[in-house]
Amino acid sequence: MTEANTKPVSNKQPILRLSGITKTFGAVAALADIQLEVHEGEVVALVGDNGAGKSTLIKILAGVQQPTSGTIEFLGKNVEIANPSHALHMGIATVYQDLALCENLDVVANLFLGQEMSPWALDEVSMEVRAWQLLGELAARIPSVREPIASLSGGQRQTVAIARSILLDPKIVMLDEPTAALGVAQTAEVLNLVERLRDRGHGVILISHNMDNVRAVADKIVVLRLGRNNGTFQADAPHEQIISAIMGSTDNSVSRREATEKDRSQS
Amino acid sequence: MNGVTKEASFAYDRADARVRADEGLSGAFRSFIDRIKSGDLGVLPVVVGLLVISTVFATLNPVFLLPNNIVNLLFDASTVGFISLGIVMVLLLGEIDLSIGSMSGLASALIGVLWVNQGYPIPVAISAAVVTGALMGVLYSFLLNKFSMPSFISTLAGLLALLGCQLFILGPTGSINLPYDSFLVRFGQTLVMPSWLAHAAALVPGLMMTILGLRQMKARKAAKLSSPGMSVLLLKVVLITVLLEAAVMFLNLGRGVPWMFFVFVVCVALMQYALTRTKWGRSMFAVGGNAEAARRAGIEVKRIRMTAFMLGASLAALGGVFSAARLATASQQAGAGDVNLNAIAAAVIGGTSLFGGRGSAWTALLGVLVIQAISNGLTLLNLSSSLRYMITGAVLAIAVIVDSLARQSRASHGRA
Repeated sequence: MTEANTKPVSNKQPILRLSGITKTFGAVAALADIQLEVHEGEVVALVGDNGAGKSTLIKILAGVQQPTSGTIEFLGKNVEIANPSHALHMGIATVYQDLALCENLDVVANLFLGQEMSPWALDEVSMEVRAWQLLGELAARIPSVREPIASLSGGQRQTVAIARSILLDPKIVMLDEPTAALGVAQTAEVLNLVERLRDRGHGVILISHNMDNVRAVADKIVVLRLGRNNGTFQADAPHEQIISAIMGSTDNSVSRREATEKDRSQS
Repeated sequence: MNGVTKEASFAYDRADARVRADEGLSGAFRSFIDRIKSGDLGVLPVVVGLLVISTVFATLNPVFLLPNNIVNLLFDASTVGFISLGIVMVLLLGEIDLSIGSMSGLASALIGVLWVNQGYPIPVAISAAVVTGALMGVLYSFLLNKFSMPSFISTLAGLLALLGCQLFILGPTGSINLPYDSFLVRFGQTLVMPSWLAHAAALVPGLMMTILGLRQMKARKAAKLSSPGMSVLLLKVVLITVLLEAAVMFLNLGRGVPWMFFVFVVCVALMQYALTRTKWGRSMFAVGGNAEAARRAGIEVKRIRMTAFMLGASLAALGGVFSAARLATASQQAGAGDVNLNAIAAAVIGGTSLFGGRGSAWTALLGVLVIQAISNGLTLLNLSSSLRYMITGAVLAIAVIVDSLARQSRASHGRA
């Protein structure tokens, strides 16, 4: 994908484009008419208050749930994401908030879980080498890959989970609250990892409640509110604007702009 | 990483300055001590337990350590051993199969009815028993997967249902004698390996370890990974070979190594390979450790559960066949009483966790030796079965206490 394309336009084509994604649970619309674009090497932060629909959107992209209506365009083609392994093999990897690691298995086993090399006589040497390479590419500091996950710290576990997500070289990596349970130093480590994912050319979707983290790494901030798009901001947008978009106070930039436009069209 | 000083000594897994490089014999010894201290006891408690039990019984009654008594013990151990090997598979997922005793009883009844009464060939009868076991496994996993029925309940129901089947097909006579001169009964009671073959077989594990160890060492070196070193491998090989040859020599002083025990050990080794070296085995441990994580990693949790329950019940059926051969009878008593708990206790005593995700096939072998040693020793002391039950119960309790103390220690030392 790094090759210079004959059509320069396609470089600007997003890897992933969602349009009009709607998800209803009975009478409740968890998501309504969501638009989202993710480009190569771009970190898109998905922010919003509780119940804004972030998790539902992630689940739809991870193949856990299906949208009620709307289209998902991946690498220029309309796709349906039927189940988690479909999403994974298509090129959308997810790092869940609870990491989904097996504590009784070592780092190598967790990295390759479900993707083991040579299923009838596990190639432990090749897997261990690949594990060190993956961790090396993320400049991650794990002392030993032959220790069970139970012996690792929270940040190290997050590192393992992120390293696992790039095993199949996905186009998009989704991170659900990667820093929620971490201390200051470990949070910084994880933010470094996110930047390295971007530098490797992955599109990154980052969900976080922590605005400082979001502003530190995101190229674009997409705000959801009550299941709807409530504004898209550049990372250097004023803090108050983003906050008011999240909180939905009537006096925010979106509502002001809509008000002035309405005035203009009436006059 | 700037911790690397010499280019020649570079290894991926030694690049981090925080990792102590445990190399050679002293390194292996040091990491072994570390593991023990942190509560990762492995097979140590069982080996110590076995030594203590042997010493106690040998002093109380010297017959216990006579070669022929040990040969008898191994004959007995193989039958329960198969059942125990099966329950290890189920326990690894954190599930339970309480019907293994009844399953083995039904299997022995099937052998009696199909082979002796109906005249089918032995292989057909054995296959029928094993297939019945597999079908029960499918049923249990179906109930668990489809209706989320806890295996504790479904297999408790299975215990009664299978016992009913056993009584039904045995009919009013209640027991069927198997012919003494048949291969199956000789296999279960008298057939031993020729002494030269037993000695040769005892060399195989050492040879395999050497070949695989050297190959692995070469591969790791080529891939720039550290390996424990030649001396450790040699020490292990020599220890294993000497121990096995000594054991074979000792058994050959008596009747010899039972073929049935040999078959059991080969099955254990095969299961151990499947558990540690195949994708299926890795998935078993993953499902036992964190089923949700396994599911999200794309592992078909339901299918893994089905294989575990199928293996569990099939091996229980095979154990039932062998115990029929051992007793030369298929009776209403087969699989009743303490068979169920002995098999489960053996797995737990051997070190398989009741909570899933920890254990190995070897635990069935080691645990069943402990259980059989106790039962054999108590029988030699002419103690009534009432006392035997109580003492076996106490040993099981001690094993579980050791297990949970070790688990707490592992948790505080940050090991799973």
